[in-house]
Formats: sequence, C-alpha cells, structure tokens
Amino acid sequence: MPAGGTLIAGGRRQQALVSFDNIWKTYPTGAEPVHALRGVSVAVMPGEYISIVGPSGSGKSTFMHILGCLDTPTSGRYLLAGTDVSRMDEVNLAEVRNRRIGFVFQQFHLLPRLSAWRNVELPLIYAGVPRHERKARALAALEQVGLSNRLEHRPNQLSGGQQQRVAVARALVTEPDLLLADEPTGNLDSRSSADVLAMLDGLHRAGRTIVLITHENDVAQAAERVMRFRDGRFIDDGEVAA
Amino acid sequence: MTWWETLRSGFDAIVGHRLRSGLTVLGILIGIAAVILTVGLGEGATAQVNSAITSLGTNLLIVSPGSTSTGLVRGGFGSASTLTYANAQALGNKRDCPDVKAVAPQVQTAANLVAGSTNWTTQVIGSTTNWLQVRGRSMALGSFFTATDVKTDANVVVLGSTTAQELGLFNPVGQTIDIGSVPFTVTGVLNTAGSSSSSTNEDDMAVVPVTTAQEDLTGTPTVDNIYLEATSGSTMGAAYTEATDELLALHDITDPANADFTITSQTSLVQTASSVNSALTFLLAGIAAISLLVGGIGVMNIMLVSVTERVREIGLRKALGATPAMVRRQFLVEASALGLTGGIAGAALGIAAAAIVPHFISNQIDISVPAALGSVAVAMVIGVVFGVYPASRAARLAPIEALRSE
Repeated sequence: MPAGGTLIAGGRRQQALVSFDNIWKTYPTGAEPVHALRGVSVAVMPGEYISIVGPSGSGKSTFMHILGCLDTPTSGRYLLAGTDVSRMDEVNLAEVRNRRIGFVFQQFHLLPRLSAWRNVELPLIYAGVPRHERKARALAALEQVGLSNRLEHRPNQLSGGQQQRVAVARALVTEPDLLLADEPTGNLDSRSSADVLAMLDGLHRAGRTIVLITHENDVAQAAERVMRFRDGRFIDDGEVAA
Repeated sequence: MTWWETLRSGFDAIVGHRLRSGLTVLGILIGIAAVILTVGLGEGATAQVNSAITSLGTNLLIVSPGSTSTGLVRGGFGSASTLTYANAQALGNKRDCPDVKAVAPQVQTAANLVAGSTNWTTQVIGSTTNWLQVRGRSMALGSFFTATDVKTDANVVVLGSTTAQELGLFNPVGQTIDIGSVPFTVTGVLNTAGSSSSSTNEDDMAVVPVTTAQEDLTGTPTVDNIYLEATSGSTMGAAYTEATDELLALHDITDPANADFTITSQTSLVQTASSVNSALTFLLAGIAAISLLVGGIGVMNIMLVSVTERVREIGLRKALGATPAMVRRQFLVEASALGLTGGIAGAALGIAAAAIVPHFISNQIDISVPAALGSVAVAMVIGVVFGVYPASRAARLAPIEALRSE
C-alpha cells in the first residue's frame, strides 16, 4: 500500500479519501505503555465500501476513533481528503467531523427528547445551516431511509431498526465524504440487521464511501473489501473484493 | 449554532426535567422573593418614619431640655426642666431671631377627658395660637383658641377628630367636657393629620392654652418642647444659631458645650431614623443574600448532575460537530435560564407578598422597581456564575470518553 495516498484506479490517478501513514496510538497506562495501534497504514478510495473485522481488544475501536477524528494519533500522519488532521486541535477536529464524517453507532445515540427530524437536524445546527433549509434537508434524509411517515416520532416510539435508520439519516444529512458505521447491527435483530445492511449497500451503490466496523464475519461480508484487524494492525487488508 | 438554537435547547432541557428544574428554581425564587421583601420592608419603614417626622410640620426646629449636671452625676437628655413659656416668647422676638417665623411651646401630659357619661384618656397638649401653623394643622370645625385665651388661662380646648369621636361628640363646638375634673369649653375640632403614622396618633389629642395646661394640669412653669418654624428651608441654619444664642443668653451660659438644651431639626431626625433603618435593612438583605447564595449553589449542584447524566449526549453532540465553546454555551444558557426563571418567579412572589402582607402586619412595604429588576438580573448572573464550572466540565469532556459511557 503506497503511503502517499494516490492509486491508479480505472486508468486515472485518484486521490485517496483516507490515508493512514504509520499511525501509532499509545496509552501511557501503568508501568508499561499500551500500544493500541502499531503502525497502521491504509488508504480508502472515494466510493469504497470497506469492512474492518477484528475481535474486541484488537484496537479496531481506537482505529475507528482516529478515523472518525474523535481522537488523534500518538504518531504518524492521517490525511483526510488531502488535509492533515493528525495534529489538529479540538475546535478544527469538530468542524472536520461535522463537515466530512457521518457516524452511525451501535447504541444509535439519538437524543430521547427530540423528534426524529429534530435528531436528524442536529449536525446542520452545528454547521450553521439556516433554519428553513435544515428542516428541508432533514426531511429529505429521512425520506432516503424510508421514514417519511415517522418525522414527529420520538426515539422511544420507534423500533430499534427504525431508530438506526434515523441515525443513518442523521449521518447522511450533511452529505459527508465518509460514512463511519461502528457495529451498526450490534443492537438489532437479524431482520433489522439485514435491513440496515441493505440500506448501506444501497448507499454504496449510490457512490458513498463507507467504513463498517464489526466483529461479526457475516456482517463484514456485506462490504466489497474486508480488512482484518488484530493486535493493533491489519493482518489482511483484503485487496481483493470478497 | 445561533443563540436562538442555544436558548431553545436550554429551555428544552429544563422542561425535560420538570421536577428537578422546579426545585432548583425554587431555591432562587425564595432567595429573590426574600431580598425583594426585606428591601421593600426597609424602604417602607423609612418612608413611614419620614412621613411621621414631616407630619410634625415644615422647616421645623425642636428645642428640648438638655441634661442636668449635679456635681459629677450627669442626667440624660430631657432630665432638665429648663425651658419655659417665657423662653418661647423670647424666641418669638423678631429683633433677636429674625429667621424664626413662628414659635410654639408645648406642654404634654396624659389626662382623662369626660363628656357626659363617656370618658377617654388621651394626650393633652398645652401650647399657643402658633401651634396650628407650626405643626401644619388646620381646623375642621369651630376655631382655635385665641391669644386672649392664652393670656387669661381660659379653660378652652380643641379636640382631635378621633378624640371627639371617642367622646361621642358629633357637634362638640360650645359643649363642655371635663379634663382632670376641670371643666373646659370646646372651641373646635382639628382636621385629620393625613399621616399614615401608626406610632403616634396625630388625631387623638386635646389642645389647650399653654398657661391653662401649666396651671391646671402639670402644675409646673416649664414646657416640654419649643417648636420653631424657620422662615424658609434655607434659613434653618440661621434660625438654629439665633435660637441657640438667645437661649444661652437667657440661661446665662457662656460655654455652648454646657448648654442645658438641645435643638434638633427634622432633617437630623430623618437622618437618624434612616440610618437605623438602613442598618436593619442591610442586616435583613444580608440574610436574604445568603439564601440567594444557597440557591446559586443549588443551581451549580443540579448543573453538575445534569452534566454527569448527559455525558453521552455531550459526546454525541461533539461527534456531530459541536465545539467545546458551543457545549459550554449550551450549559451556561441552561444555568442562566434556571436563574432567570427563578428570578422572575421570585420577583412575582415578592411583589404579590408585598401587596398581601401589609394587611396582616402594621408595616408598610414599598417595592422599588429598580430593586426588583436588579434582583432578576442578579438571579440570572447567579445562574451564569454557578453554571461556569459545570459548563466547562461539559466542554472539556473528550468525545470518545463521553460516547463510551453507558
């Protein structure tokens, strides 16, 4: 994997959306520092659908946090859409998360007192989008996930699968470069899981870049490229589509 | 994120926890209501005392007997009986005291008044014809006694309106009543004083010529006070000096430090009363301020609980792009909204109590609008001040730690 972040794809040079160059993350706990990431290098091209599989404790959560700009690496360089985000301060990272990354979490993380569309609207508030435009965009995103008839429902009035679809709509509403799904099916029954995975598949076909993190092999197979993570590094970067 | 959004989310969070927010607001509410009421009570008391003092008359100087010295034993003020009717007449001399407009000596004693089968005990004042002018009073019925009455120790009396009523005299002019078993003819009834003062009832009294009072009621040649009215507010200083010099000369005293009388002005009375009142008000307001402080600590406590409880929400908001400043602002707005709500409710309660309470106690409560507005502002500031620490705790939370917590 070339670390510079450019690949020849389809006969033309294309800039990688995500480029990790020898990323280390070390926690200074106790006498011996813990290395959560040990020199990870990876590139994600625009439009790719990648799944990252690994057992718990493999460091894939740490990887996800750095990938999602929720945390910064101890060393190494991370370019997101050509911008070095590995040394950014908290304020700039917040803006990068807001503009470029859409999160889908295992626990949905919807605000219980807000209706579906108000939840979807949240990232647009932080982006400073004017009010009337926010509502229109939130409704469009909810329509995309098939929840147009649940706009005013609160999270506790929705099923798990519906809640996760609201979360997906919230991740999509800012039109992010990268959709980051951390165990999105972890709290769902198999039917809702299939539902959510089918939705991610549809988004991929529509051109979205998706990184799916899971510990379940069959969930990981939904992606076109499966990367295995163990002991703080990739052991199989799944160059060939599954 | 606009201020409007921040405000809305702040009020959403408060409405979302009704009981908790309500209890926090209650702490501030009680504090603010207490401050408003105590300050109002202080202002009311000051106004009451001031109106009582001004109801004595205008541009007034009051001469009181001073202390007596017998060897090394010094009596208190008023222990000497050094003022006489003659002194009062001398002070009325235009040549020596040009800035004194009118003089009224006053003899005071309590006596039992009898009209037919009804009797009533009240204060009987002995004075001269100037009394009406110096004390700022007027007649409702009949006329005041005359200079001739004073000269001839006439047994005539002018009644206060309450006194006339208590004695059951509805048309008292010309009737005869007994004061200490001496018969007096009623010549008139005073108008009501129009003072709200409750400490001394200016409408319950009987006024007789000073000479008659000395002869028939007190039996001494002295007077209790001499009231002087200066020609105007600006000549009160001059009138004071003239009266002092005159009395020192009459009493053969060369050193003013040994004066056997004191002259006080209304202004000095008002000042003394005000300073006593403001000391009390400060004390009460201090206690109220402490309760406000306790309310503020309540806000801080609840905001800390709120931050701890909403760690996941904070993490999520940060993941979605909220900067630390936005998170801090959100919690500050929540805290100040709690303070503001408590302040407004407290001001409303305080004002309502100020309208109701005076019906049950004799004190008057004056709500000052600036004080009420000020305390609402203070309540909001308390919310902000006690919200700063919880808000910066929220702002400092790392998004991953926050999202991880269950």
